[in-house]
Amino acid sequence: MGAISTNNRVGSAILHGRNCVPTLKDVMAFLETLIKIAVYAVMAVTIVAAIGVVTLHNLFHSALALVGVLLGIAGVYLALQADFLAGIQVLIYVGAVMTLVIYAIMLTQRLGDKNIPQTNRQGFAAAIVTLLLLYLLIGTVCRTPWLANPPARHIPASALDLGQALMTTYVFPFEAISVILIAALIGAIVIAKKEREP
Amino acid sequence: MIIPLGHILIFAAALFVIGIYGTLVRRNIIGILLSIELILNAANVNLVAFSRSTSLEPATGQIFAIFVITLAAATAVVGLAIVLALFRTRKTILTDEMDLLKW
Repeated sequence: MGAISTNNRVGSAILHGRNCVPTLKDVMAFLETLIKIAVYAVMAVTIVAAIGVVTLHNLFHSALALVGVLLGIAGVYLALQADFLAGIQVLIYVGAVMTLVIYAIMLTQRLGDKNIPQTNRQGFAAAIVTLLLLYLLIGTVCRTPWLANPPARHIPASALDLGQALMTTYVFPFEAISVILIAALIGAIVIAKKEREP
Repeated sequence: MIIPLGHILIFAAALFVIGIYGTLVRRNIIGILLSIELILNAANVNLVAFSRSTSLEPATGQIFAIFVITLAAATAVVGLAIVLALFRTRKTILTDEMDLLKW
C-alpha cells in the first residue's frame, strides 16, 4: 500500500512537473515497480505466444509465435540477470534453430492447405491431463518453502565467470557436448543427404 | 531478485504444460519438435531461476542452461534431417500416416 502511494506521488510529480522533488529512494522504487510490470507483461505475452505455438493451424505462424516465446524468455533471463544467457538465447535459438525450422517447414509443408487437420483427435483428453498436471505443479510450487539455502549474494555471473567455470569445473561435460555436437553434425548430413542411385 | 521465485516457477510450469499439450495433440512432426523446444525452454527458465535464488555457485545453473541449449540445437538438427529424409521417401510428415512398422 505504501509502495503504491509512493509510486503515485513520484508518477504524478514526473507527469505534472510539480515542485515536490522526489527523493532518490522514491525514484528507485518507482523504477523497480516499472521493471516488475514490464517483466510480468513479458511473461504474459510469452504464455499467450506459447499457446499460439501449439494451437495455430498454419505451422509457419506457429514457428513465428515460437520466435516470440524465445524472445520473451530471453527477456526473463535479463530480468534474472543472466545477460550472457539472454544473448545466447537470441543468437542460437532465434538466429539459428528457428531459421533451420522455418527452412524445414517450407521444404515439407503444404502450407495453404486448410483441409489437412493439424491436430489429432486426442485434444480433449490431452487438455484435461495437462491441466491436471499444471494444477499439481502449481500446488507443489506454492506449498514448498523455497528458501532452503541462504539468499543469494546478488553477484550476477558474468560471461567471464561462465567461461572460467566451463573451462575448469565443467570441462568434462564441455568435451562430452563437443563430441555430441560433432556426432549430430555428421549424423544430420548422413541422414539428410540424397541417396545415391545404385 | 525482483520477481519472486514462485512466480517464475509457475511461469515455467505453464510453458512446460503447454509444450506437453502440443506434443500430445500435434499431427505434424515439425509441430512436435516446436513443442519440445517449448519444454526445454521451460526447464532452462527453472535452472536459471534456481541459480539466481540460492547462494551456491551462481554460474552453475547458467552452465547447465547452456548445455541444454546446445543439446536442443543438436536435437533440432538431427530431427529436421530425419523429417527431410522421411518426407523424401514417404511424401508425408504427419505422424499418424507413418505406420510402416505398425500392423
